[in-house]
This record gives sequence, structure tokens and C-alpha cells, in this order.
Amino acid sequence: MPVPSVEQLNEDILRPLVRTSWRYYLAVGILGSIVLAAVAAFLHQVYSGIGVSGLNEPVFWGFYITNFVFWIGISHAGTLISAILRLTHAEWRRPVTRCAEAITVFALMIGAAFPIIHLGRPYLFFWLLPYPSERGIWPNFHSPLIWDAFAITTYLTGSTIFLYLPTIPDFALLRDKAKGWRRRLYRPLSLGWTGTPRQWHRLEMAMRIMAVVILPVAVSVHTIVSWDFAMPPVPMWHSTAFGPYFVAGAIFSGIAALIIAMAFLRKAFHLEEYLTPFHFDKLGKLLLLMSLIWAYFIVAERLTIWYGNDSPEMAVYWSSSQGRFTHLFWFMVFCNLLVPFSILSIKRFRTITGTVIASTTVVIGMWIERFLIIVPSLERKYLPYTWGSYRPSWVEITITAGTFAAMALLYMLFSKFVPIISIWEMKLGMRQEANSPQPIPVETRLPQIVAETNFPASGS
Amino acid sequence: MKRQWGMVIDLDRCTGCEACVAACHAENNIATVGDDQAAKGRTMHWIRVERYWEGEFPDVRLRYQPVFCQQCADAPCESVCPVYATYHNPEGLNAQVYNRCVGTRYCGNACPYNVRFFNFFNPVWDKPLNLQFNPDVSVRSVGIMEKCTFCIQRIKTAEIKALAEKRELKDGEFNPACVQSCPANAMVFGDLDDPQSEVARLAQSNRATKLLEGVGTEPNVICLRSVS
Repeated sequence: MPVPSVEQLNEDILRPLVRTSWRYYLAVGILGSIVLAAVAAFLHQVYSGIGVSGLNEPVFWGFYITNFVFWIGISHAGTLISAILRLTHAEWRRPVTRCAEAITVFALMIGAAFPIIHLGRPYLFFWLLPYPSERGIWPNFHSPLIWDAFAITTYLTGSTIFLYLPTIPDFALLRDKAKGWRRRLYRPLSLGWTGTPRQWHRLEMAMRIMAVVILPVAVSVHTIVSWDFAMPPVPMWHSTAFGPYFVAGAIFSGIAALIIAMAFLRKAFHLEEYLTPFHFDKLGKLLLLMSLIWAYFIVAERLTIWYGNDSPEMAVYWSSSQGRFTHLFWFMVFCNLLVPFSILSIKRFRTITGTVIASTTVVIGMWIERFLIIVPSLERKYLPYTWGSYRPSWVEITITAGTFAAMALLYMLFSKFVPIISIWEMKLGMRQEANSPQPIPVETRLPQIVAETNFPASGS
Repeated sequence: MKRQWGMVIDLDRCTGCEACVAACHAENNIATVGDDQAAKGRTMHWIRVERYWEGEFPDVRLRYQPVFCQQCADAPCESVCPVYATYHNPEGLNAQVYNRCVGTRYCGNACPYNVRFFNFFNPVWDKPLNLQFNPDVSVRSVGIMEKCTFCIQRIKTAEIKALAEKRELKDGEFNPACVQSCPANAMVFGDLDDPQSEVARLAQSNRATKLLEGVGTEPNVICLRSVS
């Protein structure tokens, strides 16, 4: 097989932007209706009061905050992975970074909606932002929710820039190739990119700075999300381990989401030659590592609580391991540890199908994990007289379903307007291989070449 | 003048009659949510009488524990509110600013006593209950938190009256609705910073305990309870 020519590369990656099958429209229609149903459910909630959810006293947080933590967690796939791979010059990253970074932006947008959706008076959400008001009232900077507001807006801004920067040369390519409304769309997006050495130099500098800056931001975001729970004195929330525990869980679920998205793109847009089993193998190994780290945190967390035997904490502990949530708890362990471990630790099973199966269970398991962190603690808080129970209503279930549909929909729309694989970065990789001092086997294509040479391939 | 409002409840005197609950509802315009909402666990009683059984059958003893906002000196609800809807006022109360609340319900989660109540719907009062509102207390709307205020409207009325008459506020001059209605005289309200007040004297009792003291919230409600 010959190395794909530049024309072939353009053709393969730009094909999804111009050719749209009826299946695409069908999928957009179905996903769009689910999203609309969720929007309708939300409007119903705003109109009638948040009582239409299953929330009650004392379980003031339920599905909405679970979704919030879950989606912010998913968002850690993209930027973090992409930044790490860029900084370590991992050559195999080239076809992966764009679709990873897009996950971050969309998952963050969905996640950031939930602190507003769950408000008793959502139309007053802007009171959480520091703006000069005639009453001279600032938000309470002691509140972890304010830290959240800052962390998430920072991360959303940063990861949008991080996604946008390396897209500029591709937008310029599209501008030059396209006609009609597309040209009018891509001209402002390409910011006058002409590919001068000066522009390349600046882009490279900006990417290098962003990759370094975005890492601590990403880590801080999920740490702060965990502090929403770790700060108040609630049994089994008030834990020093929550910061790293949540960050690890976020990366874990994020990688799983990335694997699913990649497998989907590969099939739907016929990118078999770019997203190869090699990539899934590498990401599968990363997923396995995160699964073990996750299990370590669960054991560390629960063992210390059990050994300490503090009665309010034990009430929550038993509720999840022997009481009401037993089945859910062990199903979570099955999804997050048993399935990924048994599939991904065996090389023969670390195929595309294998990693996708493991990733699917991980995404489900991590959603349950967020739920099991939030709800059992609130149900069993100190005074037994006030113990309660929570059951979601159809409104919460519809909105939750809507988020998954919204994620898929945003992703599908994105892939119609932006090349889902970074074209110029692929070309750069190909040129570096061509200039490589080592002879490269002609019969292998780019990703396989990368598999052999690994990083840093350019040797520059 | 600096004050620290506080309360002492003699649990050995409490009969569990719940007159305080009824008085509180009437005084503070607290909504009754109806039976289907109550079944969902959305009742709003700023004060409730918890019942705990001690001992093994047939040698059991019933204990009553009235629970309401403990007006903690170190209140977890205050620091977590993103918009300062709940804050510590100069007289040591956890004040709740209804109009400022956006309804994150974070304070309700942070409160170890579960004494914060949320308006899941706009409250409605069936006729003729709509004619019995206390004009000194605002009615809360959907989506906001509310809780025991130590009847701040009565505190303010008494303070203004004393100010107008150019005199100091006397101990026991006024009482919150629950204290006023307690037939067993189990509750005493007053200024804990005034060593002459009855509440400060009772707080020195060797029966004095505080609810969930180990959580470190420094409650300003003191329970008197003999240890058997």
C-alpha cells in the first residue's frame, strides 16, 4: 500500500464535510428530537418549579449534579490527553487530537449547563458571576460553587482556544478550496491565514504555551468540582482524597468517551486508514491504567472509612455496600474494573471492538459512580430521623437523556463543518517521516510507520 | 450593643406535644405542602420534634429532640452559599435573605441538622388560611430556601420599641413563637452574651449538651439532658 498522497489525504478527511448521507439526516433528526424533549422538560420545570424533579428534603442534589460532574469529567478526555501527547511529542497523536479536543469543548458546554438547570431560580444564575451591580453585592468567594464558576469558565475558554488554534490552517485550506456560503463561512474563521513562516512560528508558539497552560487548568477544574462535595461536613463527602480521586475518574471516563467517539468517526466517515487499531491499542492501555488507579482510590477511600468506623460515615458506607445501593455499587465495580481489566489486560482482546466494549461499560460505570458519591451521602446525613430517599422523576430522566443526545448531535454537526482530523498536522507528520534519516518501509501507511518509529519521530 | 441570641431547651421537660411546630407555622407563614408532597419528603417544619427510642423492648423510653436551626457560630451553610443569601448577622444569627437566594440548595446539603427547607413549588394556602398571614413575615416563593430565624421579626420589633423608649432590652421581654407556646416551659430564649440572662445561666448547667457537637458547628442552641 502506498503512503497516502496529499490529495488522497485532503479527499479522505474533507469528504464528510461535503457529502452527507440520508443516515446522517436521520440521526440528526432523532437526536434533535431527544434534545428538544429535554429542552421542553426543562421549560416545564422552570414554569412549574423544580418540584417536578424527584429532589426532596434532604436529597437536594440528584441527577442534575450527577450529570454535571459526569460531563465535566468527560471533558477531561480531550484537552488533557491532547496536551500531554503534544508535550511528549507522541507522533501517534496526530489523527487523535482534534476529535479529543472537540469532546472537551462540547462536554464542558453540557456540563456547565447543569449548575443552571438545577437552580431553584435559574433565571438568576448571573448572580453567581462577579459583575458590578448597583447594590454593591459580590458573590461569596468562600463558596466552592463560585470557584466552580471561575474554573469552568476558564477551562471552557482555554479549551476552546486550544481547539481553535490548530484548526486555523485547516480553515484556511477549506477557504481556498470551498465556494459559495462555505467560503464566506471559513474566511473569517481562518483569520487571514496565508501560511507565512511568521504565522507558522506564532501558531507553534501559541500551541506550545496553551498545551502547558491547559494542563494545570484541567487538573484544577475537576479538583474544584470535587471540592463542592469535599468542603462541607457531609458524611463520606468530606474527604481529603476527593481532589485526585475525581481527577483520576475524570480522565478515566474521558478516555472511554474518546475511544467511543473515535470508533464512531472511523466507521461513519470511513477513516479506517487514519484511526487504526494501533491507536485503540494505545488508548486501551491508558484506559486499563486509569481503571486500576480508579480501583485504588475506591479501595483507599472505603477501607479507611470502614476501619475508622465513624457512625455517620458508616451509615452511608452500609447504605452503598449492603443497603439500598448494593446492586448499583457492585454493578459499578463490574463496569469500571472487572470488564475493562479482563478485556484490556489481554493483548488479544485489546482490539477496536474490545476497547469500545470496555469504554462503554466505563462510561456507564462512571456515571453511576458520580451518582453513588452524591446521593447516598445526602440520604443518610447524621440525624436518622431526617433520613430520606431519592428517586428521579421523568423530567430528570428526559434531561439526562437529552445531554447524551446533545453530545452526539453537537459532535456530528461539528464534524460537518470542521475536519475532524487535523489535516495540516497529518501532512507535517508525513513530511517529517519523509525527511527522516531512517528508511521508512514504503508498504506501510502513516499510522503504522508511527507505530514503528514512535516518538520523537522527527529527530529534530 | 453586641448580642448573641441563643436558646436553651430542657429535653427532660419536653413532652413532644408539638405546640411549637404549630406556633411556628402560624407565626412564620410556613406553607403546608399537602399530603402527596409530604409523602415525597418535602414537608416544611422550621421546628420539628424528633422521636428516638432508647433501650430494648419492653423497657423502652421515648426521648424527644426538638430540632430547628441551631444558629451555628461556625455555620457550614454560610460559607457554601455562592450569593451570600445566608450570612451571619451582627447579633449572631444565621440570617436568610430570601430575595437573594437563587436556589442552589447547597446550604441544605451542608447543614448537618437538615433544618433548611426548600420551596419546590410556589406555596398555596387553601381558603380561609390565606386570611391568617402574619403581616410581619414575607411569604417565600418557589425556588428558594428558608429556615428558622429565631423569629427575627419579633427581635426587631422589640429592639425598635426599646430604642424608641430609650431603654435597654429586658431579658425575657419577648420570645420566639415556639418558646411562647411551649406549655412545659421547656424552651428559654435570650442573649447568651449577657451573663445575667436566664438563658446564659441555664447554659452553664451540667446537663448542657449541644446537638452534633462533634461536627464543629458551634451551635447557639443548648440542650439540657440528664444522662441516665
